[in-house]
Amino acid sequence: MLTYYIELAVRNLKRSPGLTLLMVLTIGFGVAASMTTYSVFRAVSGDPIPWKSSQLFVPQIDMWGPTGRGADGEPPDAMDYADAMKLMRDHRAKLQSAMYQISPSIVPADAGKHPVNTSGHAVSSEFFPMLDVPFLYGNGWSADDDAQRAAVVVISSKLNQKLFRGANSVGKTIDIEGKDYRVVGVLNDWNPQPRFYDVVNSGGFSTGLDDVFLPFDRAISLGMANDGNTNCNEIPKESGFVGLQRSSCVWIAFMAELDDAASAAAYRQYLDGYAHQQQQSGRFAWAPNNRLRNLPDWLDSEHVVPSDTKVSLLVALGLLMVCLVNTAGLLLAKFLRRSSEIGVRRALGAQRNSIYAQFLTEAGMVGMAGGVLGLLLTGLGVLSVGWVLPKEIATLARVDFVLLALTLVIAILATLLAGLYPTFRASRVQPAWQLKSN
Amino acid sequence: MQIKPILSAMRQHKAGVILIALQIALTLAIVCNALFIIQQRLEHLSEPSGIDEANVFVISNQWASQSTDQETDAKIQADMAALRRLPSVRDASPSDSYPLRGSGWDDYIMLTPEQTEKTTDADVYLGDEHLLDALGIKLIAGRNFRVDEVGRIGSRQNMASPVVIVTKALADRLYPDGSALGKSFYEMSKTPSTIIGIVDRLQNQSVDTWKTAYAYQSVLRPLRQDNADGLYYIVRAKPGQLADAMREVPKALYAQNRMRILDPKDGELSFAEVRKRAYDTDRGMAVLMGIICVVLLAITAAGIVGLTSFWVGQRRRQIGVRRALGATRRDILDYFLTENFLISVGGLAVGLVIAFGINFWMIARFEMARLSLSYVLIGVVVLLLLGQFATLAPALRASRVSPVEATRSV
Repeated sequence: MLTYYIELAVRNLKRSPGLTLLMVLTIGFGVAASMTTYSVFRAVSGDPIPWKSSQLFVPQIDMWGPTGRGADGEPPDAMDYADAMKLMRDHRAKLQSAMYQISPSIVPADAGKHPVNTSGHAVSSEFFPMLDVPFLYGNGWSADDDAQRAAVVVISSKLNQKLFRGANSVGKTIDIEGKDYRVVGVLNDWNPQPRFYDVVNSGGFSTGLDDVFLPFDRAISLGMANDGNTNCNEIPKESGFVGLQRSSCVWIAFMAELDDAASAAAYRQYLDGYAHQQQQSGRFAWAPNNRLRNLPDWLDSEHVVPSDTKVSLLVALGLLMVCLVNTAGLLLAKFLRRSSEIGVRRALGAQRNSIYAQFLTEAGMVGMAGGVLGLLLTGLGVLSVGWVLPKEIATLARVDFVLLALTLVIAILATLLAGLYPTFRASRVQPAWQLKSN
Repeated sequence: MQIKPILSAMRQHKAGVILIALQIALTLAIVCNALFIIQQRLEHLSEPSGIDEANVFVISNQWASQSTDQETDAKIQADMAALRRLPSVRDASPSDSYPLRGSGWDDYIMLTPEQTEKTTDADVYLGDEHLLDALGIKLIAGRNFRVDEVGRIGSRQNMASPVVIVTKALADRLYPDGSALGKSFYEMSKTPSTIIGIVDRLQNQSVDTWKTAYAYQSVLRPLRQDNADGLYYIVRAKPGQLADAMREVPKALYAQNRMRILDPKDGELSFAEVRKRAYDTDRGMAVLMGIICVVLLAITAAGIVGLTSFWVGQRRRQIGVRRALGATRRDILDYFLTENFLISVGGLAVGLVIAFGINFWMIARFEMARLSLSYVLIGVVVLLLLGQFATLAPALRASRVSPVEATRSV
């Protein structure tokens, strides 16, 4: 039976090629615009570490008090040195790391080459297991290395390619800021987007990779300056990087792994206890105002998804809605034009259901054709999205099976939805009236 | 033109009328919000920077060898001397940042040393006595820095500058009566800074939304940043020699000292490139909204053509009867145009409500500005015209229906 309906549909669609083409174009454009913007939205709102994000937490401590809070009463979104170090020492989380952004220069062994600037982070040894960082060669460093401020480094595969032509460089030495460091690990391709471990500095998305990771305490003891944001509520009393460490300026990111609700609750209690103790000792003149958000909530509170992306998606969905209404109107015109044909079919004994089946098949075929056109346009759209969006976001958008399947399904469903009312009207055609008027 | 028969005819095909009206409503709502976004973005990206954009470029210089602050300062001075000697270079100055860089240093500004709440916020530009000329900004009151006033600032060193130059925007914010010259303020410090000069206009280092309240407010301080992190060199080429200067400057710098890093990609940027990068998102958003508007209008026009054609086809007999009874072609044409006009007006009325609804929601959700009435009016006019043009072809076809059709059965 279905093949009969398909045959009928094809014949009818062919009978008014202009109208059919118009509908296919409408659906194609509408779906493609929505899916292209959706592909961007999906890329920027994705969970960078889905298997673990609910166990990763970012603590915030209100070390500035009421004058330094945001309009919504939020404490600073980074930590000062004293608080970060206190949290590190107390070690109440399963795994934890304080982090700050560095940009050391690397001097190639070959004297003919210019030194290169790199970006990276100073982190603790637990950074790597906590974030399930993939290694190509070697591993992260040990807690002992942390304690001894060892001259060890983990490098990206890109830097490894540049310095060692991709060979296993574990055990080799590189010159960072004039000091020799032993490579202990080379990362496999690791480019989480958003750059969730330090959202404050990456702004969420960045095209540049972190090339080097050094032990936090070593970087501090060498006075390797913070290359990321520094926010101060008051001018530090002393100058220099040491002055920054003794100030209440915030510049350190912190992340902790807490595996269940109980440990999260315990950690929250610990933070409040700490703030309370600071209040009693007179450092804080205000009640504890801490936050402990898991990663998805943290990304949300930092507004990692650009509002432009959301606005574009909404506008594109609006466009799709107009396309739906448009298709509904055109289908209505198309179906009602065949009232007499429907009348004849009904008079010859066709059930209302058969009319439904026939016209929905026709709508579905228009949707299918629109979907195929939509697929092509979506592909084109995603390819050319770099033309209108900043490259750190545009490069994230990609076409995959899910997107293609979704495009097709949405096109067909949307057209069927648009076809419901016209089909209903068609099935209501009174056979007697139609036959009489002929 | 009689409207009543048109209205009663519309009642015969309610669904189609509602669908077209709804489509026009949604299109208006989206198009005028999109136009408004486009206008805002274009306005944002055409804000003047105040500097000599055609000839300025920026070098991002990083040091690759450890040295003391004094040594670094000597290196900077040697670099400056080398750059200013180049035939294609008009002037150059070291700085901590440059306009439209994307981020930078900003300080709270207070009018009294006891204040705990800031009076306002300003961007901080460091430079020597050549900074004004290197940027090509105009001094409108007071004087430039003297060589003996230029000091050094190390890494995260806290120091107030006894003399500063401010932008007119900041001067007016602090002293609205225009008496800023010679007065002082406190820049996160207990030591006052005295305003010795006022420059016309200098854009901020970041053009993010949160900076809008502090737009064009900057403090210029006579300091060379001699810390290990590196710094920017703002270079102004002689008119028409930008390309030459951009070729010669890196060579001259490497010749001066090899132990530095000028990133091959971002180490040297013409101001045109800086501007392009700063407004990438705004331009992209404007283009995207433009594309969506065009597609939307095309689809709506096509929809109107489609449905009107159907109605014309459906009513050939009635048209024939009317023609036989003496209606002119013009009457038939007017009939369809008026019908479309009425549907459009209905749709646009609904669309207005939706347009403002969306705008209010976006204001609350995305810090968008209030939709200005002129964009709604533009949208209304565009859609009315679009409707009339889309109706024209089917309506003309209708007007050519011969009276004979009345006698024919369908």
